[in-house]
Amino acid sequence: MSPPNAPGPGAAPVVPLAGQAGSGPARPSRAAARPAYHLVSLLVENRAGVLVRVSGLFARRGFNIYSLAVAPTDDPRFSRISIVVDVESAPLEQVVAQLDKLVNVVRIDELHPLDARQAELLLVTVGADAVSRAQVIQLAEVFGAKVVDVGAEALTLRFASVPEALDDFEEVLRPYGIRAIQRTGRIALPKLGKSVEGP
Amino acid sequence: MELTGAQALIKSLESQGVEVIFGLPGGAILPVYDPIIDSSIRHVLVRHEQGAGHAAEGYAQVTGRPGVAMVTSGPAATNIVTPLANAYMDSTPLVVVTGQVARGSIGTDAFQEVDTTGVTAGVTKHNWLVTDPERIVQVVAEAFHVATTGRPGPVLIDFPKDVANARLTWHEPSPVDLPGYRPAGPPDPASIAEAADLVLSARRPVCYVGGGVVKSGASVALAELVELTGIPVTTTLMARGAFPDSHPLSLGMPGMHGTYAAVTAMQRADLLLALGSRFDDRVTGRVDAFAPGARVVHVDVDRAEIGKVRRADVAVVADCRLALEALVAELRRRAREQPDALEPGRLAAWVEQLAGFKERFPLTYDEAAEGGSRAAGSLKPQQVIEELRDATPEDTILVSGVGQHQMWASQFWRFEHPRTWVNSGGLGTMGFAVPAAIGAKVGRPDRMVWAVDGDGCFQMTAQELVTASAERIPVKIAILNNAYLGMVRQWQQMFYEERYSEVYLSPDLPDYVGWAEAMGCVGLRVATPEEVRPAIEKANDVEDRPVVIDFRIDSMEQVFPMVPAGSSNDEIVVHPSQRALLEQDRR
Ligand SMILES: Cc1ncc(C[n+]2csc(CCOP(=O)(O)OP(=O)(O)O)c2C)c(N)n1
Ligand SMILES: [Mg+2]
Repeated sequence: MSPPNAPGPGAAPVVPLAGQAGSGPARPSRAAARPAYHLVSLLVENRAGVLVRVSGLFARRGFNIYSLAVAPTDDPRFSRISIVVDVESAPLEQVVAQLDKLVNVVRIDELHPLDARQAELLLVTVGADAVSRAQVIQLAEVFGAKVVDVGAEALTLRFASVPEALDDFEEVLRPYGIRAIQRTGRIALPKLGKSVEGP
Repeated sequence: MELTGAQALIKSLESQGVEVIFGLPGGAILPVYDPIIDSSIRHVLVRHEQGAGHAAEGYAQVTGRPGVAMVTSGPAATNIVTPLANAYMDSTPLVVVTGQVARGSIGTDAFQEVDTTGVTAGVTKHNWLVTDPERIVQVVAEAFHVATTGRPGPVLIDFPKDVANARLTWHEPSPVDLPGYRPAGPPDPASIAEAADLVLSARRPVCYVGGGVVKSGASVALAELVELTGIPVTTTLMARGAFPDSHPLSLGMPGMHGTYAAVTAMQRADLLLALGSRFDDRVTGRVDAFAPGARVVHVDVDRAEIGKVRRADVAVVADCRLALEALVAELRRRAREQPDALEPGRLAAWVEQLAGFKERFPLTYDEAAEGGSRAAGSLKPQQVIEELRDATPEDTILVSGVGQHQMWASQFWRFEHPRTWVNSGGLGTMGFAVPAAIGAKVGRPDRMVWAVDGDGCFQMTAQELVTASAERIPVKIAILNNAYLGMVRQWQQMFYEERYSEVYLSPDLPDYVGWAEAMGCVGLRVATPEEVRPAIEKANDVEDRPVVIDFRIDSMEQVFPMVPAGSSNDEIVVHPSQRALLEQDRR
C-alpha cells in the first residue's frame, strides 16, 4: 500500500501507550535530505473534465500519484486538488512545469511537508467480537477516533488527524482484522507565515 | 443580429482571419456545413480526415498562421487524432472543429458518438466541448489564442449538433481571460546576462537550433547572433532553414542521421546554446553521453522543456526571438565595454577544427555505376534530391514523408530560408507528405511545392491527390521508390543480421504512374540518372494539376551517417568510404 518512500509507520507498536498515539514516525529535521514525497496543491477551474486532465497528465508522463483529494473551494468557480506524488517517479519541477501547462490549472503550490499543515480522514470497519470489542473501543479512544457504526461482529470507526497518525491507527487495528478501509488522501495548506496568498 | 450556433461558429472563424478550412462533412457537423456555402472561407474537401489534419499542418507550417480543419463526430474525429498528435509533437498551431452528438445524447453511445475531448486530451494543447451556445464566440477566441501563443500547438473544439442548431444573438468576443494560461513572453534580463557570461567565456560553443526558432520568427535574430559571436550552428530536423546551409558556420543537421560535423561539434562543445530545441532522443543519442563537456544555455518558451532531459546551466524561459534579440543587445553592450570580448580569434581553433570535419566528412554517397542501366541500383536517391534542389527555385517548399527519403531530403537539400521545409519530426507520421504538401501549396500558392515521399508513405495518404486534382492544387510529388519500407529495412540490415521481415513492398505494385493518372495527375517514371533532370523540368512546367514522379531508386541504399539507437553520438557510423579516415582520426 505504501510507496517506497511514502510516510509510513515505523515498527508498529502492538498497543500504543497513551500520549504516544498519533505521534507517527520520527520526523525528518528541516535540514534532513529532501522529503520522501512531493505535496502539490492545485487550484483548478471547477469545470467538467478537469480532474481527468490532471490525472491523465500524471499517467501520460509516468508520474505516480500516491493520493489525491479534490473538492470545491469557498469560491465555487475553483476547486482545490491536493496530490501526493511518489518522489521516485519524477523530479518535482517537471511535475509542476507540466501541470502548469494545463489551461484549467490556475495556480500550483509546491508544499514542503514541513511547511504544510496536513490532514487526512479515514473510515475503517474492523473486526470486533465479544472478546476484542472492548480493546478496539479502547484503542479508538486512545487515538481520538469515533465509533460511527456498530455491528454484531464489527465496528466502523472514523478518525481524522495528520496522515502519519492514520498510518499508526491502521497498524494497531490490523491484528483485529480490517474488513474495509477508506482514506481520503492527504490534504494540505501552507503553514501560516509560509503562506502564498490566493483563493 | 440573431443567428444559429453554426453561423456563429463560421462567423467567428471568419473574424479570426481564417481563409481556408480543410474538412469533410457528416451527420453531426451537418448544420455547420450550411453556412460555409455563404462564407468567404474556402473549404477544401479532403478524401480522408487524416488528410484534412495534415493539410492544415502543412498550411500552418509554411504560413505561421493556424491551420483549420473541420470534420464530423465519431470515426471522423478519431481519423484526425493522428494529425493532432503530430501537430502536438511538432508544436504546430491547429484549430480542429469536430461535430458531436446533441448534448442530450452525450453519454448514451449514440450513433457516431466518441468522447472526443477525452480521446484528444493527451494530444492537444487544450480542447473544449461547447455545451452553451452563448459560449461559441468566446470559445473560438480562446481556441485561437491558445493555439497560437506561447508554444504553439493544436486545439480542438467539439461542437454538439444541437448547439449548432441553437439560436443566439451575435456578439463580439470579450478579451480572452484564461486565468490558468500564462504563456512566457520576454526573457528575464538576469538570465540573459548569465547567458552572455557563458557565451563570452566559451571557447567551443555551438548553437543547437530547434523548431522554436522557426516558430518564433527568430531567424534574423539568430543570424545577428552568429554574425556577432562567430558561433557555429546546427539545425535540427525541425529547424532546417532556420539558418542558411550555405553559411560557412552552418554545420547542418545533428542527430541520428546528422552530419559528422554537427554531431561531433556538439559532443566536443564547451557550451550549447539550445535555442527552441528540446534534447530529443534522436538528437542526443544516449543522453548520459551527450555533449559531456558542455554547459547549457536553454532558451524555450515552454518551461517544462527546461531540465526535462538535460540540466540547464542557464534557463531562459521566453519567446525565442525576444530572447535572442535581448542576448544580441546584451552582447553588443558587453563588447562596447570591453572591445576584445568578442574578438573573432577566440574561437579560431574551434571553427577551424569544425571546418576540418566538414571538409573531411561531408555527406556523401556512392555515385551510380557508370552508364547506369535500368537495372536496380542504378539510380541513387541522393542524386534525385540534389537534382531536384538544383532544378527548382531557391524558395521552393520541400515537404517530406517519414523514412530514409526524409533523411536524404533533409541532408541533401540546401535550406536557405525558414518555413521552406515541412515534415513530421516528433511523431514520424508516415503519410504526412501528400496532404501536408497540399496544405502548404494552399498557404503559399506563389511558391513551388515539392514533396519527397517514400513508396510506403505514399500508399498511406495518396488519395489526397484526388483532392489536389479536384481543387486544382498543383503539388509535385517525387516518390523515392525503393520497393521497401526502407528505413525499417535498414535497421534489419544493420541490427537484425539482414533478416528482412515484412518490409518488402514492390516497385510495380501499385503502378504509381497509372495510379497518379487515375487521380487526375500527370504521372512520370524515372529509372536512370539521365532521365532525372528532364523529368523534373517537365514536372516544373505543369501548373494546372499535380504531378507524381515514380523514381525507381537503388533499393538497398542506406542512410549515413548513423548513430545506432541507444548508442553514444561518439559512436557515429559514417559512410563506408570515410571509415578508414575516421579510424585514423580516432587513433
Ligand atoms: C504511421 C507509421 N507507421 C509505421 C511507421 C514506422 N516506419 C518508419 S519509417 C518506415 C518506412 C517508410 O517506408 P517508405 O515510405 O517507403 O520510406 P523509405 O524509408 O523507404 O524511404 C516505417 C514503416 C511510421 N513511422 N509511421
Ligand atoms: Mg520505401
